[in-house]
Amino acid sequence: MVARMKEARRMPGAEWLKNHPRWLERIYLWTKRFVVRAYPLMKRINPRFANWLMVRSEEALKGWAFNCQMCGQCILHSTGMTCPMNCPKNLRNGPCGGVRPNGHCEVIPDMPCVWVQAWERSRSMLIFADEIKVIQPPVNRTLQGASAWVTMIEGHDVQTPHGWAMAARQEVER
Amino acid sequence: MNAGPMRAGSRLERVLRSGRFAVTAELDAPDSADPNDVYQNALVLAEVCDAINATDGAGANCHMSSMGCCALLVRAGYEAILQVGCRDRNRIAIQGDLLGAAAMGVKNVLCLTGDDVSAGDQPEAKRVFDLDSIQLLQVARMMRDQGVLLSGRKLRTPPKFFLGAVENPFAPPLDWRPLRLEKKVRAGAEFIQTQYCFDVPRLQQFMRRVRDLGLHEKVYILVGVGPLRSHKAAEFMRDRVPGVWIPDDVIQRMAKTPKAQQAEEGKRICVEIIQQVREIEGVAGVHVMAYRQEEAVAEVIQRAGLLPRQPRVPRFAIPSDEGQGLQRSPQDARQEVAQLSALASEPASANASVQNGRL
Repeated sequence: MVARMKEARRMPGAEWLKNHPRWLERIYLWTKRFVVRAYPLMKRINPRFANWLMVRSEEALKGWAFNCQMCGQCILHSTGMTCPMNCPKNLRNGPCGGVRPNGHCEVIPDMPCVWVQAWERSRSMLIFADEIKVIQPPVNRTLQGASAWVTMIEGHDVQTPHGWAMAARQEVER
Repeated sequence: MNAGPMRAGSRLERVLRSGRFAVTAELDAPDSADPNDVYQNALVLAEVCDAINATDGAGANCHMSSMGCCALLVRAGYEAILQVGCRDRNRIAIQGDLLGAAAMGVKNVLCLTGDDVSAGDQPEAKRVFDLDSIQLLQVARMMRDQGVLLSGRKLRTPPKFFLGAVENPFAPPLDWRPLRLEKKVRAGAEFIQTQYCFDVPRLQQFMRRVRDLGLHEKVYILVGVGPLRSHKAAEFMRDRVPGVWIPDDVIQRMAKTPKAQQAEEGKRICVEIIQQVREIEGVAGVHVMAYRQEEAVAEVIQRAGLLPRQPRVPRFAIPSDEGQGLQRSPQDARQEVAQLSALASEPASANASVQNGRL
């Protein structure tokens, strides 16, 4: 038998937190408010250190809570506070058709499907519950390893390929 | 049904728009480099369906590519549906393939995520999944409607596609599946083929929600069905094929049947399901799948009362000069397929005959 893919890391305490996404919504908003003000100041003092600090703290904190894969374009609040990059197929728009009848992953039978959890958790959210219906653009692979907060502040995470943006504009007009 | 303007004018699209109950079938791509193996399977299916799906590494097992099969099918005048999975190719390869397919005359594209590599015969392979199925749909629609590549570079001639997607109404999270379908429709899906249906009540529940969302007005839904070969095959599919849901009463019905009659019972169940599914409002057709049992597919479609389907006669012609190719009578079809496959193995002479056909 070929070795199976490893299950997503689950840290003590983190599961409880993710199952109470209303707290995480608030933490997200507070952190955003803080980082958006603090990062430009830090950057003015020492840009390299500021970036290093953001990457390291994100790796540690989001790594503990969400098993963050550092894709650099975080959409956690749109996906029920469950990291979609933990899906073995990296799906960002919803579950595949292979989810097992018990709600577990097709690829890793011991792991609950990321998207089953995302859906359940998004239902108990207050602010971002309906963001799960948004069509997410293709992942920008060049942002891998970057801090999602930094890419957000500098606007890189919402820059989609030119063609995609054209199609999205037409969608809005429709 | 009001589903906007004609997209590609493919036969499948015309059948669906006319309001006829459509039938599509799945061609099992051969483990072979012989075009005759494709034509052998296609010959059986083409007479009983409106379009033939060419699978893209189904179950993550390596077979002849969907592109290759579609090229052969289109060359013979059959209606092909190109399946594009996200497992094996990144966005650059996918967009290139879509252009190539359109140039060859493929007009129907089915966008799907694809089974994971771990399900197949080469689980050591790298999984790509650069795009997901919804992004793939939107990319294909963007190429068609905006006439650009993802980078924004303009296409001299945009491809004309009738775009399809898949849905599995039988897998959790059940209450999200209709909303996910809605997302696919927003991303550009014009027809849907579902996973195998063995549980009609669950499908009815799904369709009720789909109708509430008004999606049956926007997208043509073809329900996946297929005959079970035996009790053992049913258990294998339930336990080992990702995403297939077979309720216990179907399994028990197969188990109670003596071994020699199990294949017959499987077909009977399938015919019953087709008849029940036909009655559901919003179902526009069926998609018949059966691994390596083309004859059984044909029999099931015939017994469900879905014939005739006006098969198109194979002809020699390049796809662009529609209708001007050398026409052959249906009686010669079989012989012609043999000739065609002989020609396909010799590219130079095949070209010459295509030229002749054009003149």
